[in-house]
Amino acid sequence: MPVIGTIFYVFLGIVAIGSALGMLINRNAIYAALFLVLNFATIAVLYLALGAPFIALTQIIVYAGAIMVLFLFVITLLGAEKLPGYEPIKGHRLVAIGMALVFLVELALFYFVRNQTTGPIPFLSAEFGSPKNIGVVMFTEYLLPFEVVAFILLSATVGAIMLTKPDRKVPVNLPQQQD
Amino acid sequence: MPLSYFLGLSAIMFTIGVLGVILRRNALVIFMSLELMFNAANLVFVTYASYYQVLTGQIFVFFIMAVAAAEVAVGLALMVAIFRTKHSIDIDQMSSLKG
Repeated sequence: MPVIGTIFYVFLGIVAIGSALGMLINRNAIYAALFLVLNFATIAVLYLALGAPFIALTQIIVYAGAIMVLFLFVITLLGAEKLPGYEPIKGHRLVAIGMALVFLVELALFYFVRNQTTGPIPFLSAEFGSPKNIGVVMFTEYLLPFEVVAFILLSATVGAIMLTKPDRKVPVNLPQQQD
Repeated sequence: MPLSYFLGLSAIMFTIGVLGVILRRNALVIFMSLELMFNAANLVFVTYASYYQVLTGQIFVFFIMAVAAAEVAVGLALMVAIFRTKHSIDIDQMSSLKG
């Protein structure tokens, strides 16, 4: 691999991990959301490099465009940027970091102990992840899951509307007690 | 670039997402950490899709994105509903079943 390619991937990796850490550490929820948008955009560039242009643009439109705007909207609507800083459970943070370290050690062990060798990612044709190919596969082989996802989206929309509807006064029609 | 670069990046991002769910108390930030974990899984899907040259991985990423969008819509609606009764989105105060 040429040097410029290595620099490209290392830079993208640093930006992705740095923005994820920024989301984790930042106390202000709005800054956390903006860091997450940066992370999504970086991952979209990685998708492009992996030969998935359709998925990359869907990532930008759906995640960075729609979902994160919804997040920002709700954060500003609730005025919930910051919570008072106290820790209700003692040692909570240390235990969490210990568990994360255990998880990372497990992953590293798996990486070094597995008895499988992997080669480099093969060179892909430009047609591989094109919208045409994805459409053909999605509407022939995966038609039923596509319809199921459509129903899930519909029910989520109805559920969100029902949940945020302001509760109406329930008319109380108790029978009056007669003397 | 070797396969392990993408897998390692995805593992680190997933771990940061798990840390976010465990460490943070703001329920909205916990949702964002969930999205980060979804993203790490999606990266593995796309990586293996191009490694084995099978398009199924990319289709699954598309489905995961749709389901994540639905989940976020319902989850944020729940947050708004909880905020109405409790006036806080601190996850430690959501410990009672009845508002």
